[in-house]
Amino acid sequence: MTCLCFLCVSRDYDELSSIMAVCIAVIAKENYPLYIRSVPTQNELKFHYTVHTSLDVVEEKISSVGKALADQRELYLGLLYPTEDYKVYGYVTNSKVKFVIVVDSSNTSLRDNEIRSMFRKLHNSFTDVMCNPFYIPGDPIQSKAFDSMVSAMMVQAC
Amino acid sequence: MESHEEKPIIYTMENKPIVTCAGDPALFAALYSALAQQLPREPMEWRRSYGRAPKMIHLEANFVQFKEDLLPKEGNKALLTFPFLHIFWTDCCDTEVYKASVKEDMLRWQTTLKHHGSQDWLIVVVESDAKKKNKTNLLPRTSIMDKIRNDFCNKQSDRCVSLADPLKESSRSQESWSSFLTKLRTLLLMSFTKNLGRFEDDMRTMREKRTEPGWSFCDYFMVQEELAFVFEMLQQYEDALVQYDELDALFTQYVLNFGAGDAANWLGSFCQPVRSWNGLVLRRPIDMEKRELIQRSEASLLDLRSYLFSRQCTLLIFLQRPWEVTQRALELLHNCVQELRLLEVSVLQGALDCWVFLSCLEVLHRIEGCCDRAQLEANCSHTVGLWTYATEKLKCLGDLCGLVSKNGPNSEDLNRTVDLLAGLGAERPETANSLQSPYKKLKEALSSVETFEKHYLELSHAAMEMYTAIGRMRSARLVGKSLAEFYMRKGDPQSADGFLQDSLKSYVAEGWSLQVTHTRRQVAECQKLLGQTEDYLQTCALLASDANLTDEERKHFCQEILNHANQSSQTESQGESVDQKVALSMAAFAQLRELRFQPASPTVHVGAALQLELRLCSLMPVAVRLEQLAVSVHFSLEQPGQRGSSLSTPQRRIPAQCAAPGGVSPEGAVLFPAISPAGGGPLGAGMGGAGAGAPAALELYEIQDRSPSDNTLNTTGVVCKNVHLLLRRQDSATSLDTPSAGGSGGSVTSGGAAAVAMEDSSQMLKTRDVTLLPGNNSIPFTAPSQKPGTYTLRQLSAMVGQVQFVLPHIYPTVQYEVYSQEPQLTIEPLTDNLLAGLPQKVKFTIVTGHYTVKKGDALQLSNTDSMPILHTNSCTARIVSSTGELVGESALSIHSSEKVTSISLPPTLPYHTLDFQLDVLCHIPASPARLETERLTNGEVRHRPKSRTRYNSGMASVDQKVSIDCPWSIYSTLISLTFYIPFKAKHSLLSAGKRKYIQVCLQNVSDTNFRLMDPSLTQRQQNSSLELDSLNPKEQQLVHSKQSVFCLWEVKWASEPPACLQFSFVASFAPTEPADAEFKPYCYDFQLERVSTLYCLRAEIQPADGEPQCRTGTLCGLDVSITRLTEPTDSERDDEESTESEGLRTTKLMYEVVDNSSNWAVCGKSTGVVSMPVVASATHRVLMEVMPLFAGHLPFPSIKLLKYLPHNVTPVIPPDTDSCLENDNLSLLDKGLEDQSDTASLRSRGSIHSLGSSDQPLPPASRGLPMPRLEPFSPGQVFNCSQGRQVLVLPATDDHILEVNAT
Repeated sequence: MTCLCFLCVSRDYDELSSIMAVCIAVIAKENYPLYIRSVPTQNELKFHYTVHTSLDVVEEKISSVGKALADQRELYLGLLYPTEDYKVYGYVTNSKVKFVIVVDSSNTSLRDNEIRSMFRKLHNSFTDVMCNPFYIPGDPIQSKAFDSMVSAMMVQAC
Repeated sequence: MESHEEKPIIYTMENKPIVTCAGDPALFAALYSALAQQLPREPMEWRRSYGRAPKMIHLEANFVQFKEDLLPKEGNKALLTFPFLHIFWTDCCDTEVYKASVKEDMLRWQTTLKHHGSQDWLIVVVESDAKKKNKTNLLPRTSIMDKIRNDFCNKQSDRCVSLADPLKESSRSQESWSSFLTKLRTLLLMSFTKNLGRFEDDMRTMREKRTEPGWSFCDYFMVQEELAFVFEMLQQYEDALVQYDELDALFTQYVLNFGAGDAANWLGSFCQPVRSWNGLVLRRPIDMEKRELIQRSEASLLDLRSYLFSRQCTLLIFLQRPWEVTQRALELLHNCVQELRLLEVSVLQGALDCWVFLSCLEVLHRIEGCCDRAQLEANCSHTVGLWTYATEKLKCLGDLCGLVSKNGPNSEDLNRTVDLLAGLGAERPETANSLQSPYKKLKEALSSVETFEKHYLELSHAAMEMYTAIGRMRSARLVGKSLAEFYMRKGDPQSADGFLQDSLKSYVAEGWSLQVTHTRRQVAECQKLLGQTEDYLQTCALLASDANLTDEERKHFCQEILNHANQSSQTESQGESVDQKVALSMAAFAQLRELRFQPASPTVHVGAALQLELRLCSLMPVAVRLEQLAVSVHFSLEQPGQRGSSLSTPQRRIPAQCAAPGGVSPEGAVLFPAISPAGGGPLGAGMGGAGAGAPAALELYEIQDRSPSDNTLNTTGVVCKNVHLLLRRQDSATSLDTPSAGGSGGSVTSGGAAAVAMEDSSQMLKTRDVTLLPGNNSIPFTAPSQKPGTYTLRQLSAMVGQVQFVLPHIYPTVQYEVYSQEPQLTIEPLTDNLLAGLPQKVKFTIVTGHYTVKKGDALQLSNTDSMPILHTNSCTARIVSSTGELVGESALSIHSSEKVTSISLPPTLPYHTLDFQLDVLCHIPASPARLETERLTNGEVRHRPKSRTRYNSGMASVDQKVSIDCPWSIYSTLISLTFYIPFKAKHSLLSAGKRKYIQVCLQNVSDTNFRLMDPSLTQRQQNSSLELDSLNPKEQQLVHSKQSVFCLWEVKWASEPPACLQFSFVASFAPTEPADAEFKPYCYDFQLERVSTLYCLRAEIQPADGEPQCRTGTLCGLDVSITRLTEPTDSERDDEESTESEGLRTTKLMYEVVDNSSNWAVCGKSTGVVSMPVVASATHRVLMEVMPLFAGHLPFPSIKLLKYLPHNVTPVIPPDTDSCLENDNLSLLDKGLEDQSDTASLRSRGSIHSLGSSDQPLPPASRGLPMPRLEPFSPGQVFNCSQGRQVLVLPATDDHILEVNAT
């Protein structure tokens, strides 16, 4: 099942160097964080609250779309909600694992397409983590490869 | 730019395209109403330039009197006031009139239009019949039209139309109207396309120049807005909106470029400091004030954005898309804040908050104004964002102005408030009368602490309710939490508590550890203020063990607990305080990791030492000294039925398995699942949350049910022990609240004392003064084992001063069992089978149980003759402890007296095993083991109360009961031992004519090999004159297992032996190993009856006459001769079967010739009864014919001789014949005489034959079915001389067929 969704995700090696995310989170099906990392200079707790609250919208989007087009549902959920300072984007895998990317509102160079490709990259890397036979699904992600990939997406904000 | 009087036109949204009318005003006035009514009635397709989709459009027009002023001057871009079509009306039908005035008018009109470059004109000639009738010198109608066409429309003949009888209701008039309207519409649209196209081109050109230095955005804005106005006028709101969106995007792009370092000059005006922040105005269709500011290039960024959004809002509402307004509003507000930041516009602190707050409320009011309540409620999700934003901003303002504090604002705060209020300006006239305007709200909120609180609460609650209504619980909790923070700052922890607890619960349930930690700290603060000591301490414990906190913070919280503990104990020591014990859940304090039993088996006997080692992982950041660590134990008495007296019964083991379902390992350890503490790691609680979502792991155990009698397996299976957890209803609501969720103990804070119920338990495992270091600690306990029963470990509690940490349930269940056992004696053979007749070793085992064997205690064995105890000198007893260690060995002293054998036991402690071995000998019972086939003999019934024989796998056995008096009991113990007799003996009497031999076959049925010596046979009746000649070897013989030895004696006698002879066979035997084993006797008694030969049977087969040999198929003669060998003996004399006739005693014999092997065919009578005289040498011959069926050496057919006992009449037969009675009397007389010499045995024999004691001739007519009886002779009475003889039979001569039998 999950394999099929891997196939859908074409490898995308777009240059994302100019893009900066301030927080990237992977959230399990049961809504507890599998991985959450934010820009170190900023208040980590704030991002945790933001990501957690965004799950409301993720669930709303999944349930509103999920009924009709569960099969060909797009994984990218788009902008979940904007705040004065941040924009929160969501993505949900077929196995209901959620990815949340928070970007700075002042970062106006980001387009929807770039966010999408960030999510695809994240998904690919997550898939690699899941393929690791030593990884127990449901455990916090501690993969170095995943970590460095996330680091690459989070350019230093200072 | 335009003149003043045009303003009202713009003001009304009822704008219509302007159409001027020239010519005859009266004529037009008459037609005006019809025209204005009919024009918009039918839609017209508007084909657009630039590939835009065609649209159906209902055209309307504003008809005005033609004036030259109306025509746009050069460079005027205004579109709203632009006349799109010019119509000249005339009803002239007279050429003269036409030439005289009308033509001139038209010419002037045309010239003016041309002068202004307008091509959009139309000449309408109205024809009416009424006018025609009056005029006689009529020119044809066409001529006027033609003239006009000729004069004005050189190439555009369609610019002149006629309208016939417009005021009449005729079909002609209708038709004429219709074509006229179509023409009018077409021309209007043509004009639109042309003029708008031109306008758009101009506009585009203007836009292209935006890089030029002098370009002004505001100017361009006004131009494009003009286009938007026209589209709006044409009710093309979508197109109008596009114009504004383009402007919006253009402006945004400039701001972004500015951020990127590309600053446009004109942006400077927008970078001026913000002086007014009075929010959006959405109540007017067009905010003229702002528009003018833009026109004058004096607008600030907020002014421009506000104006732009108000226009977008208006259009969106026209388009019935109010929810887009809210969405765009939120974007706009966020965007404006960002843009001001980007453009580095200086803004008074708080001003933007005011602007955002007012704008949010304004948008919400606007939406409320155009939607009904149901619609609003259904679309909460669109408005809730604005509500929350407004709430946030109000909170910021409250913070800024010192309204959220206990003391109220100070002077600095007040100054700031005044500055902020100044920026709001005066309230706008349109909301001045409304009580609930955003302006009023903000002013009120900022005016005092109380009103601020009122408004803030109102907004917060509204937002929370909406979030709850649309199911965004997390967002609702977040608002709640910020509300709680507000309450905390206001010094109202009571109100904050509920919100914090709710939030905490949801974070714990979903496993977000940072939030849990953060919220829990707030909770702790709140609880401290509220004086909820117990809850506070519990929260402190959780925080002290929280890895998300720094060491200092953790130590602080740990110290809080310790302080409380010490403080309470101090007050108690002063005797002032009542019981202030605080029970807290242990989950946050320490974790039970492992329990280890020493010894490993959790089943011990009463009084045994059982150590219990507890591994406790302390989560505290510092070492904590525990005054006491205790495990409460639930004690349940062992069920009397469950425990057998024997340790080795299978029932014992099964409960032992079940006792510790946690899986007591062979090493005696019970491991507890490691539950990560709440917030124990950055993601530790996450796993806890996962645990709450995912069901617990299955706990499966093997279960075996064994039969109590022989320990065979009845059933086996797998049992799930935690079904109650797994099958629990998965309710989302309850799963958040269950105390066990994730084991993280988050709910303990709310549950408080209720969750930690202390059990009263009499039994406790305790240790005092333990210091728990951070991390793993090992604490030993001594488990109580005074009373037998099951001990279940229930609770673990740690006492620190007045604070007690309690683990309410130890799960998986840990139990140990203490059993009490009665002392017990068992005697078991050392070998598989005990053999009778030989010394055998048996093992005595004493399980002391609770009894202590003291010095002088002895076993008293009552002696029996059949099984003496053999003394050996080297008898030692081993003492083994319950764990199987050899404790000691000591020699036993055995004293035998006549009746008892006393074995003194060495002193032994309780629950030890004492064992020793003794030699016993079981005498082989003298009586022959009874075989079923053997006849019961008189006087041979042996009475052996303590033994009985039975058969087991071919071996006769003897159950030997031993009665033992044990020192611990007043009752004797009866123990049964089974001995097996190693031999089986059989005897047989062999005859050779008159000579007799006795053969004894001794069969070794045991598994042992024996040596056999001195077999002897003696007669037990010594008076007899029998002589027994042994034909046996003198030396020892070997009898191997399962083999036999035969012994033979010839019996000779001088005088006639008695009918019954009793013999006794004795042989000595000893096992082959060891070689020096003592020989033991084996006896076998038997008796023989009537040993002497009475008859000799001889048979001859003669071939047929004239034949030398027998042939198959031919009859041969069988000559059987029966010869009496002996004189009648005393015993025989009175034999009932003999009869006397003519002074000669005869006896009746029946012979029978049987050929079982089908070799012979007996022809004629095969059986017959003969009367034999009872004298020696009396011979009877019988001749019979037999026919051999096969050729060869055929064995003789077997001949049987039987006593023939004719039937005598039973007494019930009616006495109809005198002879019968006579005979009866006679025979009775005879009998009386003969009786005297009868032996007891014979008399009893006679009694067996019961009524047959008198001989009687067969009754003439055998009424009552009298049947003769046959009785066989005892072996040895008849000697068959021809036994085993064979006769040669030749095949028949004409035998062609050779029969071959192959088997």
